[in-house]
Amino acid sequence: MTEMLIRNGFVFDPLNGINGERMDIAIKDGKIVESVNEQNAKNIDATGLTVMPGAVDIHTHIAGGEVNTGRMIRPEDHIKDVVRKTALTRSGTGYSIPSTFVTGYRYSKMGYTTVMNPSMVPLGAKHTHEELNDIPLLDKASYPLLGDWWFVLEYLQKGDLDGCARHVAWMLGTTKGYAIKIVNPGGLESWGFGRNVHTIDDPVPNFGITPREIMCGLAKVNKMLNLPHSIHLHTNNLGIPGNYVTTLETMKAMETVATDGKPICHITHLQFSSFAGDNWGNMKSAAEEISKYINNHSHMTFDMGQIIFTDTTTMTADGPFEFTLYQLSGHKWVNSDVETETSGGIIPMRYKRTSAVNATQWSIGLELALLVKDPWKMFMTTDHPNAGPFFKYPKIIAWLTSRKARMATLKKCHKKARKKSLLPSIDRELSLYELAIVTRAGQAKALGLKEKGHLGVGADADVAIYNINPEKLDIAKKYKTARKAFNSAAYTIKDGKVVVKDGEVVQHVDGKTMWLDVETSEEMKVDAEMKSKFKQYWTVEYENYPVFDHYVKVSDAITVKASV
Amino acid sequence: MIVLVPIKKFQFPVHAECINPDVFQGKSVKEIASLPVWEGNKQKKLGDLFKIKEKSAETSNITINGDVSEVRRVGQGMKTGEIFINGNAGMHLGEKMLGGRITVNGNASGWTGSSMKKGLIEIHGDASDYLASPYRGSSEGMRGGKIVVDGNVGSDSACYLRGGVIIVKGNSGPFLGFHMSKGTIYVERDAGPRLGANMTGGKIIISGSVEELMPTFTVNNVKKKAKVDDTMKVDGPFYVFLGDLAEHGNGKLFISKNSNPQLNQYERFL
Repeated sequence: MTEMLIRNGFVFDPLNGINGERMDIAIKDGKIVESVNEQNAKNIDATGLTVMPGAVDIHTHIAGGEVNTGRMIRPEDHIKDVVRKTALTRSGTGYSIPSTFVTGYRYSKMGYTTVMNPSMVPLGAKHTHEELNDIPLLDKASYPLLGDWWFVLEYLQKGDLDGCARHVAWMLGTTKGYAIKIVNPGGLESWGFGRNVHTIDDPVPNFGITPREIMCGLAKVNKMLNLPHSIHLHTNNLGIPGNYVTTLETMKAMETVATDGKPICHITHLQFSSFAGDNWGNMKSAAEEISKYINNHSHMTFDMGQIIFTDTTTMTADGPFEFTLYQLSGHKWVNSDVETETSGGIIPMRYKRTSAVNATQWSIGLELALLVKDPWKMFMTTDHPNAGPFFKYPKIIAWLTSRKARMATLKKCHKKARKKSLLPSIDRELSLYELAIVTRAGQAKALGLKEKGHLGVGADADVAIYNINPEKLDIAKKYKTARKAFNSAAYTIKDGKVVVKDGEVVQHVDGKTMWLDVETSEEMKVDAEMKSKFKQYWTVEYENYPVFDHYVKVSDAITVKASV
Repeated sequence: MIVLVPIKKFQFPVHAECINPDVFQGKSVKEIASLPVWEGNKQKKLGDLFKIKEKSAETSNITINGDVSEVRRVGQGMKTGEIFINGNAGMHLGEKMLGGRITVNGNASGWTGSSMKKGLIEIHGDASDYLASPYRGSSEGMRGGKIVVDGNVGSDSACYLRGGVIIVKGNSGPFLGFHMSKGTIYVERDAGPRLGANMTGGKIIISGSVEELMPTFTVNNVKKKAKVDDTMKVDGPFYVFLGDLAEHGNGKLFISKNSNPQLNQYERFL
């Protein structure tokens, strides 16, 4: 029986419409409750502090085969960021791909309590869960890559959506996943043959279906299964000048599936999908066109994929894109074709202010976030570690909430990028309320996490308290002070336990791994044909393929009733 | 001038980046003796491991008398001043050096002059592997300055070289100048295999024989002389090879014609 009372803080809880009101938050047994006995409860004095729900990250590569391979090829990345052990915390290394424990500590220090690991290779699901188990202080979930999964492609080719839905439900349980992740649909299968798809209507080799059919098919499947999150999409032609046309086409294609106004697709790291121009020389921002579309439609959600100027490591299942990046940078390159499932690539990358392309990318991310009027549609991420390591989030917070901060950075950017940037014309500065939306409430809502991202009664007691007094501190002017405050939370509370105090980890708590147990009316039959395919095409036998229950340390199965 | 003498033979590796004229500048002997170092997994003071004497107070130059082959990171990031080591030096000597001069009257160990930007390192004995090469995995190679080795150098030297001059008066091991993009390497005697692999620019001059030549280099011409730097030219004749073509590289290999009769076959392409 643990009770806690967070007293007198300025509470920002957008899902319940609370905007900076001074109030108390009561916690009992890891949940937010109406009230507690003040005498018995542990009191936390939050007078003059900002209280928000624990932050949620919708897209961050923190575990799995690609992350680990990234760690292996970058010893030079770790030597510059060595973390010593303390009496409580374990040792580890950073920088762009921190070790599992350091990932947990650093997220928690910034007030994060829930993070989502996108792109889990089904074949590597066991590995991914083993790594997730070792990330403390956070609740986690993974999205299996199903956009180029052979069985899905076969079902869609046959036009059997019911069968596809049952198969996806089985896959989510088998890999212990949370949402359907689609990366460069069709492109990854083509990459197995050294090719790629260049529009959403290019046929996928050997299957004859198009990326459009894959995306729309899986979006329909997602709806049939009533999954909490929408499909999680990494668009075709990512990272190529002029790709915003493809992005717009993708968004328009999704209109055909949307019926009830609810978001049916989440386009991730939108910055990488919003390039105009036709080569790297004249590449420019398409934030205006993209944001105009987003402002007029509500069937999709997005996250930024904001560039941070630093040395980082790009890693994605989009093998052909990483090959393009390799040709541009000549840096060490890892390429893989994961059997029949997906592909992958890793390249170290240094984003420089002095590079016109990188500086333009930096500008695009912020332009998108500021031009999209509704903060419930556009969330803050860096697509860690692709556009920058996650522990640089406070920098993005400063850029979003302070015009002064972004102009100071823009001033140091490449002249060509500076001239083309729309940022000088944008005066918008996010308030703390809007910031709470883009960093927690909106993300939790888009993920369908009912007990996260808010402080209403019944919510998980995940709370972040920052050393910011909204009455005294103008975060737009004193952005450096605000950045510092967001860098090290005054308190991070996970499941009703104080895990971080004044930016230091004070308690070890294992987070849960959430996964979906989808109940379909008729279970998928694992027939002899499917088993023979496993025998023929996979290196792992069917019997050894599923992630068994003991692979997940703290399992949190969310039961979903499908309508198929 | 500060003189350091090891008190006893080192049993464990010592990390002593504090042995640096910039750090010693303006400090008394007592203060210097209390600078922190790591011996194995124990933190110690510099005075625990070395006898420290001040010869004249005018400069903070450092002389080390004795074998310090277990002492790593001496002169790391130094900007000014001089270090003389009368004995063998340890790993990472003069790493990320920004200026000044280091002289070793003995052999140097791995990663000497790693990622240095300016300054001069003279080694009167042999240098081990990874001379001037960056930390494993890194592509931030040496950018400037000069290294002169009187003896031989080991494997993987001058990797990712991005500038500066390296002169080796003895032989070199395999993978000399791997992935280099700028700068000059001169080897007076023989070079090991995989010479200039992945190089995209810069110049390697070999006066002795080469064990093998990568097939990704193409012969371009024959030159009578090769220029090492503004003060030094080497007499040839040299075959000039361009490569590494696998990297679309434009690096130059100058290989002595007289010492390498086996390369005669290339002449038909000239």
